[in-house]
Amino acid sequence: MEPFKSFKSMGMPIDILNCDTDAIIPARFLRIPLDDPDYNQYLFHDLRFNEDGSEKPDFIMNQQPFRDAKVIVADVNWGCGSSREHAVGALVANGIRVVIAPSIADIHRSNCMKNGVLPVILSREDCDTLRAHMHEAPGAEIDVDLETQTVTALNGTTFNFEIGPFDKHRMLNGIDDIGMTMELDAEISAFENDRKDYAWL
Amino acid sequence: MAGQTLFDKIWNRHVVTEKHGQTLLYVDRHLLHDGSIWGFERLRQNGWKMRRPDQAFATPDHYTPTHTASLDDLTDPRAREIALAIKSNSEEFGVTVFPWGDKRQGIAHVVGPEQGITLPGLTMVCGDSHTSTHGALGCISMGIGSSEVTHVMATQTLWQTKPKTMRINIEGKLGFSVTAKDVILAVIRQIGTAGGTGYAIEFAGSAIRDMSMEGRLTVCNMTIEAGSRCGMVAPDEKTIEYVKGRPFAPKGDKWDMALKFWRSLPSDDDAVFDAEVTVDANAIAPMVTWGNSPQEAVQVTERLPDPDKEDDPDRKATLLAAYDYMGLTPGMPIAEIAVDKVFIGACTNARIEDLRAAAAVAKGRKATVPTLVVPGSGLVKEQAEAEGLDKVFTEAGFEWRLPGCSMCVGMNGDLLKPGERSASTSNRNFRGRQGVDSRTHLVSPAMAAAAAITGHFTDVRTMMEDA
Repeated sequence: MEPFKSFKSMGMPIDILNCDTDAIIPARFLRIPLDDPDYNQYLFHDLRFNEDGSEKPDFIMNQQPFRDAKVIVADVNWGCGSSREHAVGALVANGIRVVIAPSIADIHRSNCMKNGVLPVILSREDCDTLRAHMHEAPGAEIDVDLETQTVTALNGTTFNFEIGPFDKHRMLNGIDDIGMTMELDAEISAFENDRKDYAWL
Repeated sequence: MAGQTLFDKIWNRHVVTEKHGQTLLYVDRHLLHDGSIWGFERLRQNGWKMRRPDQAFATPDHYTPTHTASLDDLTDPRAREIALAIKSNSEEFGVTVFPWGDKRQGIAHVVGPEQGITLPGLTMVCGDSHTSTHGALGCISMGIGSSEVTHVMATQTLWQTKPKTMRINIEGKLGFSVTAKDVILAVIRQIGTAGGTGYAIEFAGSAIRDMSMEGRLTVCNMTIEAGSRCGMVAPDEKTIEYVKGRPFAPKGDKWDMALKFWRSLPSDDDAVFDAEVTVDANAIAPMVTWGNSPQEAVQVTERLPDPDKEDDPDRKATLLAAYDYMGLTPGMPIAEIAVDKVFIGACTNARIEDLRAAAAVAKGRKATVPTLVVPGSGLVKEQAEAEGLDKVFTEAGFEWRLPGCSMCVGMNGDLLKPGERSASTSNRNFRGRQGVDSRTHLVSPAMAAAAAITGHFTDVRTMMEDA
């Protein structure tokens, strides 16, 4: 996994409450492998494209300058619904490395971390302010620093965010969980061999 | 020391180690479905073995066709490949599989409890958000993403931050023709679609104690629609009776040991939850969702809400967008909404009790709109046919299909056409969930059958006699 130290890019406001993973990537694309060269096209597909493949001009990703934005500022309960990790795959295929939201659904949040996408929780008020700023000043950049746990935007205003120390360590160093856990094999075996309440299993 | 919750008692017995505030949680049983293909591929690429294939169980569900018994009829080669790969992958890695054509095949969340794979006290995972279903038997059961599926395959563990605990007390008696589906929709309406985020939820109270196992499975199924990965109900005598004798449940001396342990699991009287919510069961009526989030649910006798009464501008905008997408107008009575198709099935409502409830409404009547009935497993199908429910459905003009996830998510091609409106017993009414520009209304099986007969939402209580 690619380490995440800091990331700076244009912000894109997604003004959708409870933006679910079906909206992020419709189910019919889940059969397609993540290395498909068109994978970037599947992000928000049905919000972005008409049935004939033409763009829906009202959707923000189809508007300049947001086509090049790589930081999403979302609303409450981003990523709710289906556990599909392809939703994160579609973000990654578009170079998106940060999602900032007032709340992010638990499974999607975990999927983000496994793929080097940093989920950042800021207050609802701060997210509203950031999204309003992105609309008023299209192209405004957002600078996210994981080491200092800060988001810098709005011409220099800094917001602090929380992240667990273990999650931070893994993201900063791009640690793959499976390799790390396999090193604990002896502890897992010891656990398996000492389960008196579960002898019936 | 303060008492422990059901969740704590199970969680604490599965802690392998802790590091920097996270727990390496041991996973007892892992359910796999056709979408788990990515996990197998990653194992193979890395040359990893599956740590406990003896505790993994696989069944194809998302991609399986419901209209044909022959995979040769599947025109999409990739869908066919995925539906078949679960068998070859399971055999290669030594996993128990209920392949397509086996009567034990079905939706993973119907098959798990049915086979006795799901048991009280376990930790269970599956690469599907509706894994919360299994908690109805008194276990910790969570949906995970595909990276975590691979992690469990390779290590039989997961890194987790311990969630907070919430107890939802549903007190009172459910009225005539009010079902578990109506209960969970009423709960989500009350706490909101993110109300349970970060929590493991225990459902309790007299309405839950009185509820059948199948009803509890429906309630826990939709816990994820309230934002919580994990819903559970304390095991009781009903649970034990349900589990007894199932193929993968303990037998003999092991059964006696298990029973003793399971009876120790319910939350202690002095256990403290991080949050408690009370829901009045007496006030719940048959529910219908009208918007694009399961929290946009109203009682069938209500009118659609007025967005102008919303103080929160984001919320108002969301409601207006939902009206636009759903093709509805504020103030409209629910009963005036006409449907194009009806879907009875999904991990929410495809068990035998659900089919019985739908058949009771369909009996002696005729459908006025196309209606699909998709049993949750081959064994549910067999049971329904033994009871003659298939005849009731086909005589009413409903289509009787083969088991699978079907139109809940449409990955097998069972879809609505753009603009079409469904009454659906599934769990998600998101935009496009049942096909591009599809419009989904979530209801109970009885309410779905009522809509199939009349062609619009109808209070099923007016169609049935209270016994």
